[in-house]
Amino acid sequence: MSSGLDAGVDAFADEVGSEGPVTIGGLGTRGGSVAGVRTVAAPPGIDWIEPAEMTMRCGAGTPVAEVEAALAEHGQCVAVPAGGTIGGALAVGHSGLRRLGWGPVRDTLLQVRYVSARGDVVKGGGPTVKNVSGFDMCRLLVGSRGTLGFLADVILRTRPQPVDERWFTSTGDPWELLAGLFRPTSVLWDGTTTWVLLDGHPDDISTQAAQFSLAATDGPPELPVHRWSLPPSALADLSRDDGPFVAEIGVGVVHHHRPADARNPDPVVVDLSRRLKEAFDPGGRLNPGIGPAP
Amino acid sequence: MTGRATTPLVERLRSCLRADQVRDGAAETHLYRHDASSMQGHPAVVCFAESTRDVQAVVKVANEFGVPFVARGSGTGLAGGAVPIPGSIVISTTKMNRIVSVDAVNRLAWVEPGVLNLDLSTQIAHLGVHFAPDPSSQQTCSIGGNVANNSGGPHCLADGVTSAHVHAVEVVLPDGSLCVLGGEEPEPDGYDLRGVFVGSEGMFGVATKVCVKLLQNPPHVATMLLDFADVADGAQLVSDIIAAGIVPAAVEMMDQLCLRAVEEFIHAGLPVDRAAALLVEVVGLPATVAAQVDRIRELATACNVGDVRVAADDAERALLWKGRKSAFGAIARIKPNYYLHDTVVPRRELPGVLASVYEIAARHDLLVLNVFHAGDGNLHPLLVYDAREPGVIDRVHAAGREIVSVSVAAGGVLSGEHGIGLEKRDLMPLMFSEVDLAAQADLRRAFDPERLSNPDKVLPSPATCADVHSVPEGAWV
Repeated sequence: MSSGLDAGVDAFADEVGSEGPVTIGGLGTRGGSVAGVRTVAAPPGIDWIEPAEMTMRCGAGTPVAEVEAALAEHGQCVAVPAGGTIGGALAVGHSGLRRLGWGPVRDTLLQVRYVSARGDVVKGGGPTVKNVSGFDMCRLLVGSRGTLGFLADVILRTRPQPVDERWFTSTGDPWELLAGLFRPTSVLWDGTTTWVLLDGHPDDISTQAAQFSLAATDGPPELPVHRWSLPPSALADLSRDDGPFVAEIGVGVVHHHRPADARNPDPVVVDLSRRLKEAFDPGGRLNPGIGPAP
Repeated sequence: MTGRATTPLVERLRSCLRADQVRDGAAETHLYRHDASSMQGHPAVVCFAESTRDVQAVVKVANEFGVPFVARGSGTGLAGGAVPIPGSIVISTTKMNRIVSVDAVNRLAWVEPGVLNLDLSTQIAHLGVHFAPDPSSQQTCSIGGNVANNSGGPHCLADGVTSAHVHAVEVVLPDGSLCVLGGEEPEPDGYDLRGVFVGSEGMFGVATKVCVKLLQNPPHVATMLLDFADVADGAQLVSDIIAAGIVPAAVEMMDQLCLRAVEEFIHAGLPVDRAAALLVEVVGLPATVAAQVDRIRELATACNVGDVRVAADDAERALLWKGRKSAFGAIARIKPNYYLHDTVVPRRELPGVLASVYEIAARHDLLVLNVFHAGDGNLHPLLVYDAREPGVIDRVHAAGREIVSVSVAAGGVLSGEHGIGLEKRDLMPLMFSEVDLAAQADLRRAFDPERLSNPDKVLPSPATCADVHSVPEGAWV
């Protein structure tokens, strides 16, 4: 354990302190910090990578690109979407286009240390790939948008880089492709064309591509900027008449040209979320203005 | 106890549920004193819920009377998580056992919590899908219990534990209100309360319906049995396989004592004269499986492997897995009682920690067998003993504590899949500081301010609360 990252975390905790409104900023990729509030930044830097454990530890301020490059030297990668910092990606909690095959970003977090509203460094989870010791603070923190604590350093579960990986297109029915292909990494659909990402042994990819008449292509389509979250069964009802979209089949994320409709949150869940925010940040000093949605 | 006066609590419960769903007879309350651990409590009454409405009614009565409650599935938990504290209400969910709906296209299903783990996979097998978590108790453990404990199993190495296979949970919160945490949709707004609920050991409310993820069955499977003259060589191969970029579906290890016990039981031709064997399973499309089998053979040769046996057909594969999964039954032939431990260490620490486990057992004059999920470093040392032997229980507990301490000191964790429950509650400070534990207590308080939902588990109790509830017998306190 490098004392460098630990010292950085301690200094970060001092910076967050225990009084007054404070917000956290990274590279500003996912919305950035709250305007007009004192801004702090989590420590950057990779502490260690253990390829045989498929784990790594880094500061939450480490750019995702830096982690990707360092892991690639060991033939590994991590299911965190590209861009910004590791802390930002986890705090927002949106997964990348490979979620169907690689799982959601929330499952990558094994251990977290965060700075609480009191300025304490708090640990949740553990360093091993399997662990049920205590309540699952990691899942609580992923997607909490810095409203319960500021991520300081994390241990992530890594994965082997695919032996081979290729994008294809098809004019076939996306649900038939989802049903027939063996564990595709991604199936995207814009209402007309289906994009498929396959990974694994090159022979297996070629065999599946031939079997389902897939045509090689360079990559996924351009994604509209707004993000919807729908039950995967609702994607069949999407229509291009409503504007261009790219839907993640089997997952339920839809990249759409217009913002998602407002939702009616369950008052019981709203109340529970408020109690959580109250328990973790009674003064409402962390990322003020970002509500404990829904 | 016949002729005993019915308590106001029981009377009130009977006004909400049918009389036959509310049992307070001595025989029934006695039966529900414990789970599969060695600890015992004593419930005031056992309620057999048949619906979400039933669960909600019981929880509301519990709130009215200020009486704690604990939800219980099949009672296969090993950490005392379902042990009722004295005077509490047990809510049995075994009769809530319907598979509500299956969406084979999008691969998800809504099930009630009492559905048995293996029953779910068996009943949806014709759709070419399964529920991935497969604890060794999968024939008898319930999905609700899997959710409470965030259960694992051999095949969680590649696919992840229960949390990764739960989209949503319908929950009766500890105050009796009903909500759905998470959803079929991938990114529900707000906090990941679904993720927080999974593994909360019944302390955040009662799951009444679960939306689980289903996985495609693999088209090809190769199951390999590899044996070694030295346990350390087998452990090294585990690390080497992962470092080579292969994540098998499962990597299980059995040591010699375990191999011998199992072989006597099932006659599978196991290598009983070898120090250890690894059961490795790789799955997927044919070229992937073939390439991985070849690579594992190469790596194994470099680790001084003896025989490499690849199951020739489904029957042989089933036999090898039967050996692994019946280990606990086989062990009864050696001694009548066993204490099964559950810790996780980094894979690289497996050889050293295993050596310590053998040393600790020898020092306490106990027999230890090891059969465990080597792929994710999840140790399951089994201390076998005869409870009739005077003083043996103390030695078993002392050895157990040392095994847990050695695992944590090696960079590991208290539990990989059994949970903390009562068993390891007071060992939590080995891993967590006071500040860490206070945050977990805050989380618990947000869900259950009145501390009625399965109290006194997981978090070490502050001294001031020690008199509130008496500690069940057999707890390590």
